[in-house]
Amino acid sequence: MVKVGIAAYGTTPFTKEDQKIESVLHKSTKNLFENNPKIDKNDIDAVLVSTNNNSKYLSPILSEMMGIQPKIAHSIESLCNSGTNSIVSACSYIMSGLADMVFISGAERYDSPGQILSWDNSRGEFKHPIFWASIFTKSYKREFSISDEELALVSVKNHKQAKENPNALSNKTYTIQDVMNSKKLTDDLKLLDCSQPCTGSASIILATEEITKKITDNPVWITGIGQKTTSAGFTKNETFSSMESTKLSGQDALKMSNHTIHDIDVAEVHDAFSVCEPMALESLGFSGYGKGMNMINDLYETNNFKINPRGGLIGSGHPLGATGISQTIEIAQQIQSNSNKRQVDNVNVGLVHNMSAAATSSTVLVLEK
Amino acid sequence: MSFESELSKGQFTIPECIECRKIVWPPTEFCDNCFGEICLKKGVFEGKIIEFSKQNETYFCMVEFENKVKIMAKMLKVPKIDQIVKISKCGIVNGSYFFQVN
Repeated sequence: MVKVGIAAYGTTPFTKEDQKIESVLHKSTKNLFENNPKIDKNDIDAVLVSTNNNSKYLSPILSEMMGIQPKIAHSIESLCNSGTNSIVSACSYIMSGLADMVFISGAERYDSPGQILSWDNSRGEFKHPIFWASIFTKSYKREFSISDEELALVSVKNHKQAKENPNALSNKTYTIQDVMNSKKLTDDLKLLDCSQPCTGSASIILATEEITKKITDNPVWITGIGQKTTSAGFTKNETFSSMESTKLSGQDALKMSNHTIHDIDVAEVHDAFSVCEPMALESLGFSGYGKGMNMINDLYETNNFKINPRGGLIGSGHPLGATGISQTIEIAQQIQSNSNKRQVDNVNVGLVHNMSAAATSSTVLVLEK
Repeated sequence: MSFESELSKGQFTIPECIECRKIVWPPTEFCDNCFGEICLKKGVFEGKIIEFSKQNETYFCMVEFENKVKIMAKMLKVPKIDQIVKISKCGIVNGSYFFQVN
């Protein structure tokens, strides 16, 4: 099989700024090329744009703004896991021989239309994500006898870790009491339990082994890919206290990479809401069902950044189309020992978990040296 | 007659395939199993509350009908898990469905 490497990356800060989507895309693109002057942009075979923004033809637009004429240029939308879907598509282009080098840029504005899935009428009038998150939270608490205070630790931990991420939306730390006292959105969800939509972009170049090695002395390889879509509608989930699509995509990614979950040294998981982090850890196999909070508590107590070192979605912010790419960049940086104060010790293998629409679809990537 | 046209008149129905008799949810034009035509089962259906939460004074519940059809519905009184309920109000407002149970 053709090896696919991460050759370069760039990002913008995640903010609440009102910027045009084209401008946000352009900024992370510029950052990538400034960080990697050896890359000849004319070698790029494909440009993929990951976004939920309603603007049309963004990939050809970005290509024109970059001054290149790629063979392949198109957008990819899959709500919150658009970013890793784009990475998987890029891998497919490279593995098939249709492209040797693919540039992927994900971007979103704070007012993204991707936050609401209008089609899912089985949710009735409760279409905002806080409602599915409340049902997940209530169900998880009920099944595993977990309290709101215990779950609040996810937000405390991830805001603390985001403080070491210069591009994160949040640079504040909070206590469990701060989370508990933050605005009550429903009986089961406080404002600080939620990731915030924001404006931001992240860009990455994937390439064949030969090209990757020419561009970087510190390559990171994508060795495992798993994707599973169980439905589009939230109410089709069989259970509301675990994530079936995450479990299946995680198993596939680990199998493809010839690793087990015990080999994973660092992971970015999709903590769109506090409850999502223990649910994801359990569904991926990092802990037993109902034991995810024990793991999170241990990591927090020992100041171990193994899970969501950049601060997760809760701390970093959640520009939908950029999130999966930003997660992947974080794991690449961790493997390259390039994460400064966020660096986890002895990282050889990392995992990215990115999901959409109440875990109806998940993507898992395994990255390694 | 479609699920939406009935719902807009305040009538909750359950879509079922004419060919394979599978309940098709959410409602679509053709069966998700065999692409057969869809008919609508009418009646007063009993659902079971499988989860709920509350926003301000409104309870919102996950309700399951016929072990297959799950909806999010509003409820005015305090719900209980496994409580049997019926649709008391439903319709379409600004393109969005709404359901209320009691």
